Amino acid sequence: MKPLQRFMRLWRDAEFRAGARDMFSVAPGLASWGLMTGVAMANSGMSTVEVLLMGVLVYAGSSQLAALPLIAAGAPLWVVLATAFCVNLRFVVFSAHLRDYMMHLSLPQRLWRGYLTTDLTYVLFVKRHPKPGEDADHRQQQMRYLVGSCALGWVSWITLSLVGIAFAHAIPPAWGLGFAGILALLGILCSLVSTKLRALSAVVAGTAAVAAFALPLKLNILVGIAAAVCVCMLLEKTASLAPTAKAQE
Amino acid sequence: MQSDTDLWTVITIFAMVACTVVTRSFFFIPSKPWPMPSWLKRGLNYAPIAALASVIIPEMVMSQGQLIGTWQDARLFAVLAGVAWYYFKRGIFGTIVCGMAAYLPLHVGLGW
Repeated sequence: MKPLQRFMRLWRDAEFRAGARDMFSVAPGLASWGLMTGVAMANSGMSTVEVLLMGVLVYAGSSQLAALPLIAAGAPLWVVLATAFCVNLRFVVFSAHLRDYMMHLSLPQRLWRGYLTTDLTYVLFVKRHPKPGEDADHRQQQMRYLVGSCALGWVSWITLSLVGIAFAHAIPPAWGLGFAGILALLGILCSLVSTKLRALSAVVAGTAAVAAFALPLKLNILVGIAAAVCVCMLLEKTASLAPTAKAQE
Repeated sequence: MQSDTDLWTVITIFAMVACTVVTRSFFFIPSKPWPMPSWLKRGLNYAPIAALASVIIPEMVMSQGQLIGTWQDARLFAVLAGVAWYYFKRGIFGTIVCGMAAYLPLHVGLGW
């Protein structure tokens, strides 16, 4: 009964509910993306066991989609992993930002939360809690919000992935429903544009990532980040842009 | 789906799970206090949006590894519609719905 009681207590908590509610409002994008990832996995030539393992455990849609053709082509393990790592580089960046929010937890607790923190969770979380908590109470409250949005995100992603796997034959990939996932990320991108330099960062990164697309291992993503951060940090020093950027921080 | 499970693929999948955990937790794995260098803190102003843009912009303007050469691509209109919604109304949900409302008729109906 104990885990159930713990869950019921969480369920009645206002912050947990707020996290779940905020996630619910973006869940349709997440869900249709999960659905199409399920369809793509089922059509990739992997066995049922492999598809289910990947669908339930990997929990990283964009790296799953990038890895599927590599696995199908029999690429070496390190190539699949290096590609998944580059696609996941955005999470590495998010984790640097989240460090101050997380360090009061034990390592296993941090790893669990890290595993479940997706793009949507991260953006919703830092929007609601722009600064790390100052005392233990406040920090726990923040964590309950994070856990609420993680929980709803995980359940809707996994459910729809499984639906996609089960009904892969009935959902033509040609409909392109997976584009809803990109649109969800586009919404997140828009919500991160808070200064002119950040908008520039997105444009430079996108252009560089397109220009360097031919690189192996999805290294174009690394090139995009490096180019954008360098350009913005150089421009930050020029007199015309710095005050706007500072004022809006 | 095929029925024969390949051990090597299963190992690959578990390695990918580890990759998810490590990348998502990367900077909060070490327990030692670690004062962030100031250049990194400044870079963090721009890195999250750059990382996201690097992933999604190629998905919007490229197909088969090439920059698309036509404006008759449903994705472009979906992105415009989504950004327009966000600009006027805010909200990620509306961005998705508005973008898909532009995307599906053009993509499924006209084959763009």
